Parts: sequence; C-alpha cells; structure tokens
Amino acid sequence: MSLVAEKPSRPFAKFASRAFSVLCYLCMSLSISALIVLLWQVVQYGWEWLSWDFLTNFSSRFPQKAGIKAALVGSLYLVGMTALLSVPIGVGTAIYLEEYAPKSRWRTIVQLNIANLAGVPSIVYGILGLGLFVQAMHFGRGILAGAATLTLVILPIIILTSQEALRAVPSTIREASYALGATRWQTVWLQLLPAALPSMLTGIILALSRALGEAAPLVAIGAATYVRFTPEGIFDKFTALPLQIFHWTGDAKEDFHHIAAAGIIILLAVLITMNAIAVVLRSRLNKKIRW
Amino acid sequence: MSSIAATAGEDFVADSRTRRRHWFERGVHAVLLVFAGISIVTTVGIVFILLLESLQFFGEVSVWEFLTGTKWSPKASPGHFGILPLFCGTFLVAAGSAVIAVPLGLGTAICLSEYASPTVRGIVKPMLEILAGIPSVVFGYLAIVFVSPWIRSLFESAELFNAANASVVVGIMILPMIISLSEDALRSVPRSLREGAYALGGTKLDVSVGVVVPAALSGIVASFLLAIARAIGETMAVSLAAGKRPQMTLNPLDTIQTMTAYIVETSQGDTPRGTLSYQTIFAVGLALFLATFTLNIIAQSILKRMREEYE
Repeated sequence: MSLVAEKPSRPFAKFASRAFSVLCYLCMSLSISALIVLLWQVVQYGWEWLSWDFLTNFSSRFPQKAGIKAALVGSLYLVGMTALLSVPIGVGTAIYLEEYAPKSRWRTIVQLNIANLAGVPSIVYGILGLGLFVQAMHFGRGILAGAATLTLVILPIIILTSQEALRAVPSTIREASYALGATRWQTVWLQLLPAALPSMLTGIILALSRALGEAAPLVAIGAATYVRFTPEGIFDKFTALPLQIFHWTGDAKEDFHHIAAAGIIILLAVLITMNAIAVVLRSRLNKKIRW
Repeated sequence: MSSIAATAGEDFVADSRTRRRHWFERGVHAVLLVFAGISIVTTVGIVFILLLESLQFFGEVSVWEFLTGTKWSPKASPGHFGILPLFCGTFLVAAGSAVIAVPLGLGTAICLSEYASPTVRGIVKPMLEILAGIPSVVFGYLAIVFVSPWIRSLFESAELFNAANASVVVGIMILPMIISLSEDALRSVPRSLREGAYALGGTKLDVSVGVVVPAALSGIVASFLLAIARAIGETMAVSLAAGKRPQMTLNPLDTIQTMTAYIVETSQGDTPRGTLSYQTIFAVGLALFLATFTLNIIAQSILKRMREEYE
C-alpha cells in the first residue's frame, strides 16, 4: 500500500472550472452589452430630431412640427403632485411600523401585505384608479386622478425603503433620546428622521422616477394622449412623457419613431437628473451625520 | 405665601404643558395609524373593486365559460369570453422571457458574487441599476424598432408583431431583478461553507456550483418567481410588441395578445361604464392580480424562510 496520494481521478476538473468562469463572464458582458447597444441605438435614432422647437412645440399630426411640451410639463406636474401625496403617507406609515406599532401579528400581516403590494402589476393599480378615483369619486381623468393612482403604485416602495432607512439608525440613538426624557415623537422628529434622511431621500427619489416612467396606470385611467395645452388645475386633462412616447411608437409612420426616440432621450435625461440629485443630496447630508 | 403660590403656578404651567404634549403625542400616533391603514385599505380596495365589477360580468358570462373557453372576442356579437387565449399569450411571453433571463441572470449573479473583483462589481452594479430604472415603454419602443426587424430577418415566417419580440425585451427588463436578488442570496451564503469545500480539494467550479448555488437555492428560486410575476404583469412593452390578436398558439413567431395588453387596448377606447366590455377589464384584471399575487406570496414566504435559516 503506497502512502503517495493518488492522482486526481478527474483530469478535466481544472479545465471545466476555467470554462465555467469564462461562461459566467460571458453572461455578465452579454447582460451589460444589451443595455449599451439598445441605448446607443435610441440615441442614434433620435439625436438629430432633438431641438429647441421639439421642447417647446405641442404634439402634431406632422412629425416635423411635433413637440413634447405638453407631455414634459404634464409629467412634471404629475410627479410633483404624486410626491405631495405619497411622501407624507409613505414616510408616516414607515415611522408607524418601525417606531410605534407593537410587535404583533397585525404588524406582521401589514408588513407582508406591503411587500406583496410592491409586486402587484402597475396596470392593476390603474384599474383600481379607474374604478375608484375616476368612476366612484368623480376625479375625472385629470392630473389628480393620475397622481392618486401613481401614489398607490409607488407607496409600497417608499414605505419599504423608508423603513430600511429607519432601521439603519443605531438603537443607541433612540435609547439616549428616551433616557433624556424625550417623548416618542420628539425622538422621531429630532433624532431619527434627520439621521435617516439621506437614505430615505434616495428611496423617495427612486420611487418618484418609477412614477415618472409609468405609462400603464395612466392608460388604464384613460389619460389623454393627444393634448395641445399645458394643464393649469388639478382636474385638467394631461398627457405624460411615457404616454406620449407610447402614442408615437404605436404610430405606423416611420418619422414618428424618430421623434419617439427623441422623446425617450428627454425622458431618460429627466430620470438621470433626478438620480444625480439623489446622489448629490445623499453625499451632502451624509457628511453632516456623525455618531 | 407668595413663594408657595409661585410654585403652584409653575406646577400648573408645567402640568398644562405636559398635558398638551400628551395630547399632541396621541394625535401624532393617530395620524400615523391612519397612514399605515392606507396600505390595508388599498389591498382591500383592489380586491373589492375587481370583485364588484367582475361579479356583474360573471352574472352574464359563466365562470366556466370564462376559464375554459378557447375564443376571446368580447366586441363581436355574439361575443366569446374564454380567457385561455389571453392566458396562452401571457404564458408564451413569460416563458420566453424566462428562457432568456434565467440563465443569463444566474450566470451574471454567480460571476458578480464568486468571480468578479470589487472593481468590476463597482462598474457592473451601477449599470444594472440604470437598466432596472429604464421605463417599460422604452423597451416597447426597442422591441418595435430594433428587435422586430432583427427577428424577421432571422425567421421569415415571423409576423410584424409577435411574442418573441416581447419575450426578448421583457427578458432584458427582468434581468436586473434576477441578478440583484440572486446575488444577494449567493452572497449571504456563509464564507465557512466555501472554505470547507476548498479544503476538501474542490475547484472553483465545484465550490460555486456544487456548494454555494445549492445553499442559496431558495433565494434564487424566489428571484425567478418574482421576475416571472413581473413578466406576467408587464404591460407597455408587451402591448406595443406582441400585437392585438388573442389566439391559442405556442408559436413565439405568431401575433398574440396578453392579459395586460387586452386591458390597455380596451381602456384606451374609452369604454363606457356598465357595458360588458368595461366589465371584462376587471375580470381580466382579477385573473392577472390573482396570478401575480400568488407568485409573490410564494416567493415572499421562500425568502422569509431563507432569512431565518441564515440569521
């Protein structure tokens, strides 16, 4: 009986391992290049159609004259209104669940329910908005109905990210505050919210950029696609960037595909701006926190 | 005397202040409770509204016909209300996108968690976040303008709008979701397991595929389920790319219609309330809600069990 170790019985083990790592890297580069190739093609398609007139004209049956003003302004109003509705409710719910609610079965149910609501397709919220806001509450098909519907869509996201932000604040801060005789709300308002603000804001801005890109709920509540004015009140008809893009993309005329691409560039530019603001705010506010 | 009165006065002031603070605290508590209740009200509201209109629909059309009929033509007279063609379309797109996104996503997740250096991760992860943030209507545009001509050049029999277009873009759409959730699951596998496997003489392949992936399997499966639920509920890209013809087919090159695309088509036409086709929106919506909600609940319970395992 020899004491020398036998040769490994798997001659291809090393080769297989190498091959697998190559395969994995291949998967990763494919995923990334899909993004790059597709975006590059959009930019190529729409770049020449971007102009100042495109930003300041209303939509038109003629692609050369068509602009995106109504959709751009409509989207900004819509997202602003959605923020007004969703941020207080979302952050409030998160504070309640994290800081107030006793650990009971009821709280577990609510928590699970919110996680599930985050996975409900946005078109289902659209149907809910149609039945509830448009038909039952008579909001009409204006900005208020749109914003209320989008609020339902992004509320679970805001709640979940705000909860995470609150959970990340060390419990020593809470205990110190209570030890000094602060009430619950004083602790929340003066200690927890300022500390959780940077990551909370990031979550909120991400949720709002989701609202900016949503078209399905707006289609379901019957928002207009052809609008030649900017909205002035909360019950006014409106159109939004993703809706306008949807409308142009569905058009059979080739030229409309070019202005749809130009519209997509504008939409992505607004989204990137919002995300950049989130990054800057986060790093600014994070510097102020020391514990 | 006067000093006693002063103390009493101070006591009174302090007392009223405490009382005011007490009421304020209570008020805040009540307001927050109402906010938290809204999420419950939303869920109940969804179910209530969907059921309310669907029940009227099922007063006219039998549930049996709805679930087993193989023809969907609600606007014809007499109309046919079998949801199977819409189901079939949804299934075709979801399955096609899973075929694309599951292997690519899992491969990328393994690469990010087991192979890639921190620098590569630092570049790839933000790019995936960008991909996750692209609105679905943009993918619909890409399907029509770029993917459709490409598929038609590969397969001559492909129609202009087809299920394969939608599958490709929806597959790309759900990629970031699969990658980030699977990667979380892979990274939460304790280091000791990997080290043990290396100590037994395993190659990198043995360790990642033989040990880490099985250990993270529940999380990976949950990520697939959540992504498929997303694919089923995906609306704008599908309604632009897949077409508007509900039919029973498993050929991805055919024009089809999904449940979501039907809802979009019908609600765009400004259907008046109380008509049968208005109610079909809610009946189809109910089916869609039940399908995605079930998948989500299964995925959440798998995730919850996995978290308990490693904590």
